[in-house]
Amino acid sequence: MDFDRIKEKLNILADAAKYDVSCSSSGSKRKNTTKGLGDSSGMGICHSYTQDGRCVSLLKILLTNYCIFDCAYCVTRKSNDIKRAAFKVQEVVDLTISFYRRNYIEGLFLSSGIFKSPDHTMERLIQVAKKLRKEENFNGYIHLKSIPGASDELMREAGLYADRLSVNIEIPTKSGLKLLAPDKKHEDFMKPMKKVKDEIIQYKQESKLIKSTPKYAPAGQSTQMIVGATGESDRDIMYSSAFFYKNYNMKRVYYSGYVPISTDPRLPAIGSQVPMLRENRLYQTDWLMRFYGFDIRELLNDDFQHLDMEIDPKLSWALRNRHLFPLDINMADKQLLLRVPGIGLKSTNKIIQARKYRKLNWQHLQKIGIAINRAKYFITCDSREKELKDLTSEQLKQVIIKNSQSKFRKELSPQLSLF
Amino acid sequence: MKEAVLKYDGSFKGFLTCIFDAYDQKLKIVEIVPAGEDQVKLFSETHEIISDELKALRVLKGLKAKISSNGMTRIKWAFLSESLGIEMKLYQMIQYIFSNKKKVDTDYSHPAVLYITNIAKQVGREKHRMEAFVRFRLTKDDIYFAIIEPDFNVLPIIIKHFKSRYADQKWLIYDIKRRIGAYYDLTKTEYVSMELPEDLGISGGNLEYFDPGEIYFQKLWKEYFDSTNIKSRVNMRLHVQHVPKRYWKYLSEKSPFA
Repeated sequence: MDFDRIKEKLNILADAAKYDVSCSSSGSKRKNTTKGLGDSSGMGICHSYTQDGRCVSLLKILLTNYCIFDCAYCVTRKSNDIKRAAFKVQEVVDLTISFYRRNYIEGLFLSSGIFKSPDHTMERLIQVAKKLRKEENFNGYIHLKSIPGASDELMREAGLYADRLSVNIEIPTKSGLKLLAPDKKHEDFMKPMKKVKDEIIQYKQESKLIKSTPKYAPAGQSTQMIVGATGESDRDIMYSSAFFYKNYNMKRVYYSGYVPISTDPRLPAIGSQVPMLRENRLYQTDWLMRFYGFDIRELLNDDFQHLDMEIDPKLSWALRNRHLFPLDINMADKQLLLRVPGIGLKSTNKIIQARKYRKLNWQHLQKIGIAINRAKYFITCDSREKELKDLTSEQLKQVIIKNSQSKFRKELSPQLSLF
Repeated sequence: MKEAVLKYDGSFKGFLTCIFDAYDQKLKIVEIVPAGEDQVKLFSETHEIISDELKALRVLKGLKAKISSNGMTRIKWAFLSESLGIEMKLYQMIQYIFSNKKKVDTDYSHPAVLYITNIAKQVGREKHRMEAFVRFRLTKDDIYFAIIEPDFNVLPIIIKHFKSRYADQKWLIYDIKRRIGAYYDLTKTEYVSMELPEDLGISGGNLEYFDPGEIYFQKLWKEYFDSTNIKSRVNMRLHVQHVPKRYWKYLSEKSPFA
């Protein structure tokens, strides 16, 4: 192995791949049954964290950063003057195996610039995955990018070797896409996504009848949207997200605050701040939608198009729906408990378990670990102490903000000083 | 009745034997201490407990009938924390379990149950961290070798993970704090104890012991780690929260070597 050459390629092609947020390695059911290498049947593992606090779970690289497209938001766009490089198929295979054996990674995340044609590119990605599975007997995690415009045939093959497939929609609105990526068509993104979804459904049905049916993308599909590049509203973003969850059975939609990388006048200037707080609020909304039983229309709608940056979306929703509270913690249904600000999934389960044995009071709730400073305004329990409830929602919001600490306090301060 | 202090050999089997004797001889226990830790209370009688497989199994069987499998795991993991006084907390929880007709291992409003649950969670976290932060180095004799120094005694509960993952390579994970390692020879794992040379290091690839390619892979990994960082989003507080500084020594990407 020519280490210096590989090192240089790794530098260029890891740098170019880092704007892809997904690094998940969970949800696959690929067991090591043949005494081979690797097992991805358990939960995902983060083997390290970058200085920006993101999990490093997979070896995330591009096969090449040569690209025939010129999408304004992308670092590898054709017109960008950067160093270009390309890995050979075998080089990626060797690197993945050597890293995996040393317990650095859970597997491979392979994406690519589009060289020659979408099909040509997709074919190479598949070659890497196929080699890993067939020649190296590798059962670790493989995440492949579905290249927009790739043929159905290739997408069907890709799913046989990959655990997850993803195609990044990047721009949440059609008009934004037209503006920033005029060479790409909306349909090119949707076609591979639809093919993969259909195959997953078909393979699942078959495996019910025939147990030996091979696995097809067992960890499902995901996609990613850039936030803050085209002036879209939070409602626009979350409605497209809900659309993908519902119609394409997405496992995950990722939101990526736009990191300025271009002087293109269509985009935020270099040096403008990455909208990390907004990104965080969008993820919170995403979680409420997926795990807390919220319909997206309750959280964002025509009257309420942007999320409140000062407080989390659940608290914001609760303040708009005061008539539903207070809830009796010892009686309320699980679905309602989940809607109380300051009570999460785990606390909900603990409350439900613990209240079978005795009525819970504030001390119990504190020990269970709920965020009393927010929850106390929305619940009653087995105790005479009650919180003042004759505050308006706006007053209550200010009280809660004053009595809580936010890691985003610094970013919020210019807005807070208005009050 | 005289107050009793039980001394045992520090193993889980020994601890369960203590529980058996406590019930069998109707002892009023004030302390259970592993051998080597002398904290004998005044006005109490010290009993030396000898680990007994049959007694331990009977306690285990009794427990299994009264709690969920999750509850059982929590008890085992909390025991591995080796934290001071954990034996008495476990004893209190076990007393509560045996004194109730219903299954009570999820009664988080009971102080001992909640305490054990939380300690077990900490041990679980350490287990997960070791599964994540162990870094193998390839030795000259073709063994993937890693050193750990975990806060809790998690080696016994991480073996399964590594065994199913690295079934086709020989590996050895050595806990330098407790001077015991687990070695997998392609068919089975066994516990080993050995003297390690001082210049072995936790990372790096001393050519006397390691494969010549080893150091290059550590360098490639560091290169990857640096390239994948997004500088405009640096958040060191979050970074340290995820990778507490006491684990940096394992990670070749965090601890620069020659």
